[in-house]
Amino acid sequence: MPLYHNEDQAMLADTARGFIAEEGNIAKQLRHWRDRNCKDGFGHALWKQMAEMGFTGMLVEEADGGLGMGHVEAGIVLEEIGRNLTPSPFLTSSVLAATALKHGSADLKGRYLPGLIAGDSVFAVAIDETAKHRPERITTRAEKSGNGFKLSGAKSFVIQGASADMIVVAARTSGADDDADGITLFAVPKDAAGMSHDSVRLVDSSMATHTRFDGVELDGDAVIGEIDGGRAVLDAMLLAGRVGAAAEGVGVARGAMDMTVDYLKQRKQFGKLIGEFQALQHRASHLYSEVEIARAVTIKAQQLLDGGSTHAELMASVAKAKVAKTARLAVQEGVQMHGGIGMTDEYDIGLYMKRDRALAEFLGDAFYHANRVAELSGY
Amino acid sequence: MADLEQFRTETRAWLEANCPPEMREPVRGEDDIYWGGRRATFKNDAQKAWLEACIAKGYTVPMWPKEYGGAGLSAPEAKVLREEMGRINARPPLSSFGIWMLGPALLHFGTEGQKQRFLNEIARGEIRWCQGYSEPGSGSDLVSLQTFGEDKGDHWVVNGQKIWTSYADHADWIFCLVRTDKENKYGGITFMLFDMASEGVTTKPIKLISGSSPFCETFFDNVAVPKSYGDDVPAYVGTINRGWDVAKYLLGHEREMISGADGGERQAAIGAAMKRHAAKTGDDIDPVLRAELAMFDVDALAYAAMGEKFLDEIKVGKAHPAQPNMMKYAGTELNKRRHELMMAVGGSRALEWESEATEGGKPAKNWLRTKANSIEGGTSEVMLNVIAKRILDLPGA
Ligand SMILES: Cc1cc2nc3c(=O)[nH]c(=O)nc-3n(C[C@H](O)[C@H](O)[C@H](O)COP(=O)(O)OP(=O)(O)OC[C@H]3O[C@@H](n4cnc5c(N)ncnc54)[C@H](O)[C@@H]3O)c2cc1C
Ligand SMILES: Cc1cc2nc3c(=O)[nH]c(=O)nc-3n(C[C@H](O)[C@H](O)[C@H](O)COP(=O)(O)OP(=O)(O)OC[C@H]3O[C@@H](n4cnc5c(N)ncnc54)[C@H](O)[C@@H]3O)c2cc1C
Repeated sequence: MPLYHNEDQAMLADTARGFIAEEGNIAKQLRHWRDRNCKDGFGHALWKQMAEMGFTGMLVEEADGGLGMGHVEAGIVLEEIGRNLTPSPFLTSSVLAATALKHGSADLKGRYLPGLIAGDSVFAVAIDETAKHRPERITTRAEKSGNGFKLSGAKSFVIQGASADMIVVAARTSGADDDADGITLFAVPKDAAGMSHDSVRLVDSSMATHTRFDGVELDGDAVIGEIDGGRAVLDAMLLAGRVGAAAEGVGVARGAMDMTVDYLKQRKQFGKLIGEFQALQHRASHLYSEVEIARAVTIKAQQLLDGGSTHAELMASVAKAKVAKTARLAVQEGVQMHGGIGMTDEYDIGLYMKRDRALAEFLGDAFYHANRVAELSGY
Repeated sequence: MADLEQFRTETRAWLEANCPPEMREPVRGEDDIYWGGRRATFKNDAQKAWLEACIAKGYTVPMWPKEYGGAGLSAPEAKVLREEMGRINARPPLSSFGIWMLGPALLHFGTEGQKQRFLNEIARGEIRWCQGYSEPGSGSDLVSLQTFGEDKGDHWVVNGQKIWTSYADHADWIFCLVRTDKENKYGGITFMLFDMASEGVTTKPIKLISGSSPFCETFFDNVAVPKSYGDDVPAYVGTINRGWDVAKYLLGHEREMISGADGGERQAAIGAAMKRHAAKTGDDIDPVLRAELAMFDVDALAYAAMGEKFLDEIKVGKAHPAQPNMMKYAGTELNKRRHELMMAVGGSRALEWESEATEGGKPAKNWLRTKANSIEGGTSEVMLNVIAKRILDLPGA
């Protein structure tokens, strides 16, 4: 398979680019909701529109009412979301939670997928319990209780946790905190008694929660996949999410780069356009090169994932790490090359810097994934 | 798709039957490469057998048309062949400037007569070519070149000097940029082809920091170059005085080659091999070095994907025409980093210059050789200039 978009994918990219630039742009979405101190941090109307475009259920199987598309297609949408810094539940709902629900019972699918596909529901995922991504360690416990479970513990930095109609929670049903086995995933509904959220606004204006579970009673049918065998579902979900986050990061990097290169062609100092200075040209060219490479490996990871390759794990971590490094470079060069104006809230380039910071942290930063690359490679 | 799978099966079987085990080892040094030419000798029988099998199949130049010695493979087929060769670590049967540089230029600009003659010679490894571009006063600023060909009707008399001419002392023929109009900078260069055995051509090897002498100063003292080698075989490519177009086109291919875009994933990452290497001597890798290796592997595996994407795109005209410059920049800088890390892992052993343990100082010599990667074929700085101008469209670039 060639490593570029086929005709259908190129068409989808055109559509997504046009639609998200029009409806999901920074003024209409990010600034709009931020300046109104929106509790959700994103707009429900846009989510509904994305459903009408067929985006929200694109990864859902056709048999379940979705479009049955793959991660290349989801990546196309995510890249545009990244480029426009669109606050959207797409990554957590349509990629992470949708991937988990693939492993769910018919009942669970019937309960949650129609709302996702229609753009009426949003979902969150609760995995991490500290300030860093450590899915290897799960201490939140679900004890057997009657026909169901009783969930106790706390999760941190649950993105859009307070707005979510359902949260996919990774909990321990047996074994010790660091065991690979003994994990079970649960679909916890919004109104579950004993679940409480402490909301925090992050640097990029997105909303996250520190979520507590104080003996939350769950039916047995809230289980996604196998009891004690949730690690496989968790891994599948993380894999999809990391590849998705990489695609969004590519969009952030490209957005920041394009804005910066445009600025180099407008701003004059010393009687010249600053883009004439070789010191800046070389840095812009280097950035271009890194962004191209980051994008290539992201598409590679998407294709491997869609093809069910065992190699997808490694390349997903390569992609996540490479994109994290590259988007970081793009936003730093972006702010620097804008000079003083790059430090202002009025100018968008700083918003890219903030988004990159949050996105890179999500599901593991460059250090986490470089380490994973080493481990998966055997050193 | 089904056809491609069929092709993969056939290719795998063909390689199994034809690629000798000795040719399934990574190239470890210069003497593992077969360059062809009138004076070439084989290192061993396996090298010879492998070359002959590939020539018969058209696999020294798989994508060239069959009538010019290739196999006429489509881009997806060529990719399958590359992947299958990579899978068994098969060495390229033949390496040459003819394959990488002159061939593509002839396919694009050559006459039918030139293609019939020169491409077939290249595909069979009969004639080894060298590249006469750089001059003492004209490196990055190549278009300022001064080597001059005086028009004598049916021939030119060429005088001047080239430098850094790789393997000029082993080459049979040269493709050479010669000024034929002193008044016209870009429109006064002719892309000539001539025999290095011509009277008045002398070469003088230059020793590199790696200790070897792969390149030369090349002097032209009243060299008579006929304008034609026979029916439809002119001694110049393209049009007289329009050689700069050919030169630039060829540079794109040279940069693609030096970029290592076709390196694939297999030999991209080094961390695991470095750990095994260290373990062999009872050593371990320091944590900070391990971290650098991990970051390198991230970049190297990402670049391997970029190489795949670039080749897929360029073969079907989807890549930006200036993209080889980006590839060359990124690929060569990465390769320099790779060898820096290999030297760090190798420690003092890697410093040995002549020892048996290092097969004559291979780690150090290979490390030093990589420093030329970001110079030869256009420097990294020049690549960045070209990206700024042609891709980013920055002003005044
Ligand atoms: C937080 C903050 C506080 C400040 N406080 C003050 C203050 O109190 N008083 C005051 O007077 N000013 C102040 N400044 C302004 C500051 O001095 C300028 O922002 C700075 O000199 C850069 O100028 P500029 O913003 O116009 O950027 P520009 O000059 O437009 O630069 C844009 C980009 O082009 C690059 N560039 C420009 N010329 C060249 C060149 N020849 N070669 C290579 N690259 C070039 C720059 O390095 C930069 O990356 C402040 C700025 C900030 C951010
Ligand atoms: C191993 C090796 C093999 C080679 N083989 C061949 C061959 O077979 N045939 C052939 O013709 N040539 C060959 N070359 C020559 C090669 O193409 C030149 O070395 C190269 O183009 C650089 O030219 P230069 O050495 O004159 O350096 P210079 O052009 O003098 O450059 C010196 C430094 O200045 C920088 N610089 C120059 N111009 C600019 C600019 N505009 N902006 C910013 N920085 C700039 C360069 O990047 C470099 O860092 C070979 C070189 C090497 C090292």
